[in-house]
Amino acid sequence: MSLLAAVVGLGDDALVLGQRLSAWCGKSPWLEEDLAMANTALDFLGRARLLYGYAEQLGGCDEDAYAFQRDARAFTNLLIYELPCADFALACARQLLVDAFDVLHLEKLCDSADANLAGIAAKAHKEARYHRRRSAAWLVRLGDGTAESHCRMQKAMEDVWGYHAELFAPVEAEIGLVEKGVLPDRAALRPQWLAAVSATLDEATLELPSADWQVDGGRRGLHTEHLAPMLAEMQHLHRSHPGARW
Amino acid sequence: MPLFEVFVRPRRGLQHQHAGSLRAEDAELALQYAREIYTRRREGVSLWVVRSSDITASQEDDAPMFFDPADGKPYRDATFYELPSKVRGL
Repeated sequence: MSLLAAVVGLGDDALVLGQRLSAWCGKSPWLEEDLAMANTALDFLGRARLLYGYAEQLGGCDEDAYAFQRDARAFTNLLIYELPCADFALACARQLLVDAFDVLHLEKLCDSADANLAGIAAKAHKEARYHRRRSAAWLVRLGDGTAESHCRMQKAMEDVWGYHAELFAPVEAEIGLVEKGVLPDRAALRPQWLAAVSATLDEATLELPSADWQVDGGRRGLHTEHLAPMLAEMQHLHRSHPGARW
Repeated sequence: MPLFEVFVRPRRGLQHQHAGSLRAEDAELALQYAREIYTRRREGVSLWVVRSSDITASQEDDAPMFFDPADGKPYRDATFYELPSKVRGL
């Protein structure tokens, strides 16, 4: 995998999750949470812009072309980021898993041999620490809440659990960049991640899901049935009015 | 959900100032929401949240005896000191 493809992959992860989170705008349980969700969405959209901006420097296209002019097959985000998670418990479960990953991954990426990636990671890592605090707090609140919220949180965690494996799956072509110290070794992050997630699940009185299934394919452009409809909504305006400006 | 009052310290060296209020289940969540709502655009370096119900407030009836006696006593005002130009935030 070239550096360009790796940067676009990380950008796609951030953009797709940002878009999913922004769908909560106006639909959160209450006003304050609505703002918090939208703020988190903006953090991820901001991260996507930094990564796409760097991709453009590396010879890629511009950020709008990345976001609005590619079809699902060309997106290389991991599957966990594209899940709709339109149930609040699902959104919380997914967020905990990816935030716990982000904190570890970005911390390592801060030491990247690539100065641009290191700079982007340094900025994103601070946000990720806050995101993790937020998602862990929600998990505990709902897991250790009422019998109903406990049940729904447990089920949500089971439903998204199989998607976490892809976070740690070494893409064959990524190995060269790992060896050069440009990208962190994802697989090596898993033990620490599992310990952190287990501790939060424990505090939330939730069971660690039994992982008897897992899926992957995102980095190769093989997506769930959920991505294309999301892109259709996200890209509609740009594609209907090419070149339009505010 | 309980109401909380939010206080933001704009910079080091200044006191916390009332910024507004919000609703949250508890103080920890209130602190997170305060961060989201009142400090996203670099407004502050420190936050306090306090349950609104924990504030004891003066009442309308108290006003005459609390505040009117201060009228017409300019000798109580520290207006005769020159403030050095470098002193800010006073």
